[in-house]
Amino acid sequence: MSTVSSAAALAEFVYREARLLDEKRFDEWYELFTDDARYWMPLTRGQPDAETHTSLFYEDKLLLKVRIERLRHPNAYSQQQPSFCQHVLQQPALESSDPAAGVFVMRTPFVYVETQLDTQIVLAGVAYHNLIHRDDALRIRLKKIELLNCDAALPAIQMLL
Amino acid sequence: MRSGFLHAPMSGYRNNPRAIRALVRPDSVHRDVYRNAELFDLEMEQLWPNTWIYVGHDSQVPAAGDFYSTQLGREPVIMIRGGDAQVRVLPNRCAHKGTRLVSAVHGKCAGGLLRCPYHGWTYRLDGSLRTVPLKSGYEGTGFETAQAARGLPSIACVNYRGFVFARLAPEGPDFHEYFGESLSSIDNMVDRSPQGRLEVAGGVLRFLHDCNWKMYVENLNDAMHPMVAHESSAGTAKRLWSNAAPGTPTPMVIEQFAPFVNEYDFFEKMGVKVYENGHSYTGVHFSIHSKYSSVGGYEQAMVAAYGEERARRILGEVRHNTVYYPSLTIKGAIQAIRVARPLAVDKTLIESWTFRLVGAPDELLARTTTYSRLINAPTSIVGHDDLHCYRSIQEGLASSSNEWVSLHRNYSGAESRGFSGTYGATNEVPMRGQHQAWAKFMTLGMASP
Repeated sequence: MSTVSSAAALAEFVYREARLLDEKRFDEWYELFTDDARYWMPLTRGQPDAETHTSLFYEDKLLLKVRIERLRHPNAYSQQQPSFCQHVLQQPALESSDPAAGVFVMRTPFVYVETQLDTQIVLAGVAYHNLIHRDDALRIRLKKIELLNCDAALPAIQMLL
Repeated sequence: MRSGFLHAPMSGYRNNPRAIRALVRPDSVHRDVYRNAELFDLEMEQLWPNTWIYVGHDSQVPAAGDFYSTQLGREPVIMIRGGDAQVRVLPNRCAHKGTRLVSAVHGKCAGGLLRCPYHGWTYRLDGSLRTVPLKSGYEGTGFETAQAARGLPSIACVNYRGFVFARLAPEGPDFHEYFGESLSSIDNMVDRSPQGRLEVAGGVLRFLHDCNWKMYVENLNDAMHPMVAHESSAGTAKRLWSNAAPGTPTPMVIEQFAPFVNEYDFFEKMGVKVYENGHSYTGVHFSIHSKYSSVGGYEQAMVAAYGEERARRILGEVRHNTVYYPSLTIKGAIQAIRVARPLAVDKTLIESWTFRLVGAPDELLARTTTYSRLINAPTSIVGHDDLHCYRSIQEGLASSSNEWVSLHRNYSGAESRGFSGTYGATNEVPMRGQHQAWAKFMTLGMASP
């Protein structure tokens, strides 16, 4: 196993991905994804797909780009007072892999805090990173976030989990 | 005339219909309708019971004994299908001590009975009391004359083409008289199924809004905000897509986002149809949904079911948002509905439900779930734009600099003779109509002083 996809490197990748979000380094974060990647947060437990069922997030790179660009748009009034987020991750574990194909799935339970001045929300769940090792680097093909309270009445979530 | 900072907030609305009516002027509305907690209590006691409130869709309870539990204002209710296939709305409150009879959102009654989890009283699916354990304990107590002995009182409800509405007040407006011709929007939504049938599908988004429910409902027919409020979201989507190589097929998400930032002229000309009692719809002539790509096989299925002419007429109606005042708003053209469930004067739960057109390709369901995710989810950037404005109104109205909210846009004195008609869609007439209906149904059961 190469150093790029060693157990330590896979975990480090997941930690770094969360850190880029927390530090609002969105352009670097965006580059972690393959061109055909999806960022998915299902609306229900065990949701089989995102086509015939609504999701909380189901974004391709175009939608992620829209989201990132909007966050820094001067007339994004809901961010005039900016939001911030903090991920607290349990150690990422290798859930499954196909090293010959360069495919690795990491499972990472997390707590997520999002704040906007006096308002703070706390969410928890499990993130799955479907990673591919290509051209000497890891990329995300799918980040799937299973939110613990996906069926709850939720307030606005303005940042990315 | 009262103005400036030199007066106390209006108060003392209970048993005071004159003070309630004084909050609604033909061209403006007092801020207390959004902010006063006593008025919110009265809305839950008067406005909600006196009007027809959407409960749920009958496809949520397909078989006898299936139930769906929800709240109408503050009233816990069960929508349940009986052995006779009829859908009823019953109080979710044991006749004995008040225990909620069901606690799951969706479920099925075991053995065809509702059974109280506390003392085991059982009810038939029509709400009548069936058994009480150790019934001999009630002999000679006068129990048989108590309300408890009659089981669960029935609530007036109407199943209109699958949409179940209830009126909590025993007396009040007749269903058809209340909604009138506005029901044509539900008709169009259902007719879009080649089999004339809808099914709830794709889950429900539940988004908490820190604002009064009226801000949300008013916004659904507000055609002056999209190009401003959604510049950062839909405008960004449109701008990014404009860089795509010529000839690239437009993705569905761009088809859905881009029209939000159309010009004023587009929104003015789409038109708004207003009915009495607060109901209205935008998109009389066309709407932001008009230019969606067609889905293979669907039109053929419609023509096969309805014939060429009728199919074309059904699909030619592409209404934007229909408001069924006060609680339900629908998008028939894409089979999505949004239900306002007020929780407090400054807190509202918005539920977004999507539907499958029975007999139509699943691509149409995928289109509506995509729209709902993009626009109605707690994670939606368009939703963030809107919610920010509602919250800002909720907080901004704390300012005593002006107690009145202006609804003057295109106001005409002719409205005193009724609201029914078609207008340019940037007209604020739907909101004026909503507030007049508010005053009417808030005070319907109050004796005039």
